[in-house]
Amino acid sequence: MDKPRILEIDPVTRVEGHGKVTVHLDRQGNVNEARLHIVEFRGFERFIQGRLLWEVPVIVQRLCGICPVSHHLCAAKAMDRIVGVDQLTPTAEKMRRLMHYGQVMQSHVLHFFHLSAPDILFGFGSPAEKRNVFEIIRQNPELGHRAVLMRKYGQEIIEATAGKKIHGTGAIPGGINRNLSTERRDQFLAQIDEMQDWALEALALARDYCLREKDFIAKFGGQPSNYMSLVRPGDGALDLYDGNLRMLDARGEAIFDQVDDSRYHEYLTEDVRRWSYMKFPYINSIGADDGWYRVGPLARMNTADLIDTPLAAKAHEDLHAAFDTPLIHGVLDNHWARMIEVVHCVEKIRELLNDPDLQGTDLVVKGERRHEGVGVIEAPRGNLIHHYKVDENDQVTFCNLIVSTTHNNEAMNRSIRDVANKHISGQEVITEGMMNHLEVAIRAYDPCLSCATHALGQMPLKVELFDSNDVLIDSALQSP
Amino acid sequence: MSGDSFTFTIDGVEVTATPGQTIMEAADAAGIYIPRLCDVEGLRHQGGCRVCTVKASGRSAAACTQPAAPDLVVDNETDHLNTMRRHLVEMLFQEGNHLCPVCEASGNCELQAMAYRLEMVEPFRFPGLEPCRPVDASHPDIALDTNRCISCGRCIRASADVDGKGIFGYVGRGIHRRVAVNGSDLAHTDADINDHAVSRQVCPVGCIIRKREGFSIPIGEREYDHGLIGDEGDSE
Repeated sequence: MDKPRILEIDPVTRVEGHGKVTVHLDRQGNVNEARLHIVEFRGFERFIQGRLLWEVPVIVQRLCGICPVSHHLCAAKAMDRIVGVDQLTPTAEKMRRLMHYGQVMQSHVLHFFHLSAPDILFGFGSPAEKRNVFEIIRQNPELGHRAVLMRKYGQEIIEATAGKKIHGTGAIPGGINRNLSTERRDQFLAQIDEMQDWALEALALARDYCLREKDFIAKFGGQPSNYMSLVRPGDGALDLYDGNLRMLDARGEAIFDQVDDSRYHEYLTEDVRRWSYMKFPYINSIGADDGWYRVGPLARMNTADLIDTPLAAKAHEDLHAAFDTPLIHGVLDNHWARMIEVVHCVEKIRELLNDPDLQGTDLVVKGERRHEGVGVIEAPRGNLIHHYKVDENDQVTFCNLIVSTTHNNEAMNRSIRDVANKHISGQEVITEGMMNHLEVAIRAYDPCLSCATHALGQMPLKVELFDSNDVLIDSALQSP
Repeated sequence: MSGDSFTFTIDGVEVTATPGQTIMEAADAAGIYIPRLCDVEGLRHQGGCRVCTVKASGRSAAACTQPAAPDLVVDNETDHLNTMRRHLVEMLFQEGNHLCPVCEASGNCELQAMAYRLEMVEPFRFPGLEPCRPVDASHPDIALDTNRCISCGRCIRASADVDGKGIFGYVGRGIHRRVAVNGSDLAHTDADINDHAVSRQVCPVGCIIRKREGFSIPIGEREYDHGLIGDEGDSE
């Protein structure tokens, strides 16, 4: 190799949104730098300003077509606070929870079977034309069939609670606009046993893979990090809809714990870097260099003291028993954690469907107006924060969104650097399969790149001019 | 048939009318729907949107203002007229910011419903004007998002003729004409949430907003969730 090279994956495939990876190789073929670039820009934080507060849960869910329910509910939780409601009616909260569990289930199933399973089942370096869900359906029709039907079940739960499978209108400030009919309840209950069986089999598939490849996973893109999620007040149980913030360090010691979610900004800061539209949050008490952390299914398995549904609880214990460290750090172990959460969601859906509160008619509560509200939820991809200020005319004046993928930004970049160093550095010939290793590391985080691009007003434009030998001749920077 | 009444036809169907009735009034009485946007029951006719244009014995006329006449031959549901109506509706979409997916009027919106009725499914053929007018949310109970206004004038007539207030009126000329309030903003008018002009049945789109009511009607229970506008009697 006689000159430096830049390898590029553009676009990164089998993730939500558009991003690219660049790997900078020196003359010897060693990796100098590897980065995940977010190349699209959304700007919701800006154009939501001036809109009316009850519109917000419906508008911001358009951030995403995969997990719009997360944004819908998170914004609704923030708006609950702004309309002065700290406690929803039982029907409203349970309908929202049902919507959320349906969503986490369908999103996790989508990710595992449609996006990541081709890598797991056929190998990271298998022919690219085989690494897709259609090949899974061809080789294992029963598995493919279940993947489609499990996702359908979750989406029908969303439709029953929000009015549409994608981008519904169920949650409104202070409550919900519908309850669940007994007809729909009975339809869902009739399928719940089958969903539970399939969820357990999917869990077994992910577990077997993670145990079989334990040594490989330990060295693949992962390194000890801090972890954050909501946990239930009091017992620290897994709670995907509501709770307090907990941040653990790599040894499992609390950096902060049981923090009211509305105080997130006292503990976290967002850094902006010139080469990405995605911000880089860090823990204030540690600083920008080392204060990065991870969120998502594995983070939740690390932070939660327990899970309050029996099958998922057993699986949670089983997961921790497989490792001799206080926390689990393998980035691909996210798949195991994700399937535990699918089991948990199915158990929660069953529990809720059997609760007569879902047929209640007390749907909305009113309170005394406030001017600021924070909503936090555990989205499928991890912790999600919505923060709004609203003026006396009901118009939004400030919006800050920290989405799961943004929390994981630094971690994803570190993972691809690690994988690039181990699988690409110094190679004479770089194959498509080697490059796919980088994508596998990114996919493990299940990133939603379109959700995570909001660095409006802070994104500088950098232009670089190279000669034919890739030597930088000149550069210009338009500062923010 | 009373002594003064007479007959004419709409799409070949014989319709009875009385002197002074418009084509649309006679059609409504006979259960025949003529598409419309600026016309609504209880307000005087305006003939502004032209969506109700019919061919009356070969001449184009606004059905809401054109008097019915003996032996008139009216064409209503023809491909030519519906194409013209669809183009009018498309232009209304392009003049404003009609983002149905995030608009609280969606499902109850007559403009959206008319677009469905007229099968406005292809990509917009006209360039969007993309207005960027600030939302007037100064009133405690009412907000005004004129980016969604189609200048139907229903609020103007309701406020002047029913409420006796004259809160709404047009300003500007030509393409710049738009609805404005009789004050520096809504808070500085006599507007009240109980005014007919701000009731749900007057504004056909999401321009006049009754605060804190948005999205309270679930999808599936909104006015046009189960049938086309004009076919309400045929649904279910």
